[in-house]
Amino acid sequence: MAEEGAFCREFEVTGGDFYNAGRVSTEIKAILRQIGINAPTVRRAAITAYEAEMNVVMYARHGRVKLEVTPDRIHLNVRDEGPGIESIELAMQEGYSTATEEMREMGFGAGMGLPNIQRNSDRFVIRSEVGVGTELEIEVRV
Amino acid sequence: MTLEEVKRVLGAEVITGEDRLDTEVKAGCGCDMMSDVLAFVKADALLLTGLVNRQAIRTAQVADVRAIVFVRGKRPDPETVALARETGLPVLVTDLLLYEACGRLYAQGLPGCRGK
Repeated sequence: MAEEGAFCREFEVTGGDFYNAGRVSTEIKAILRQIGINAPTVRRAAITAYEAEMNVVMYARHGRVKLEVTPDRIHLNVRDEGPGIESIELAMQEGYSTATEEMREMGFGAGMGLPNIQRNSDRFVIRSEVGVGTELEIEVRV
Repeated sequence: MTLEEVKRVLGAEVITGEDRLDTEVKAGCGCDMMSDVLAFVKADALLLTGLVNRQAIRTAQVADVRAIVFVRGKRPDPETVALARETGLPVLVTDLLLYEACGRLYAQGLPGCRGK
């Protein structure tokens, strides 16, 4: 449930749509700027949103990003329908990647996606079920 | 260092942002992997990369990168140029390889992205 007085928006992300990949995160970034949040915090939140969005584009069929902003925090919920993550522990290790050759050609697969979300957020929770999908809860304090 | 100086030091060609060459960049980051860029690049930096696609532009936009130099003479396609223009991101192209392009800028005083 959204907190009272919170700013909320929802975005759709289509799996495999590399052409539009990054559009949602840059839109989120523009919204956060417009709200008047300071630049370093906006940057941290935008990086987490972008990594999460790229994960949906690269691995899932479809995803939904919910943005909720209150005076003291930015909250992102990213939920996808996709293959899920077999080992969250491995996926959280810097350098570990299951990216395909095509994803690497796009400049991804450095194995820094989830670690980047971790280091740019104040709270990060992953729930994943193999064959069903993945849900990320990301919180960045303002 | 201004983009005007970057252009001169690298013998680079300006693809977009000719009117923004007075933009100041505070550090440089040479990288082809976008998640590594997101992990290590500082705000207001210059990104040097051989990854010539829309994701390079998006990554720059997300991470507050001030401009991109595409190395090894790689030229972006019209759609990538259009996205850079739309986001107001200056884009330069140099024939130099990544190592030498970074080395030249570093020698001229543009620091890397580590430390304060």
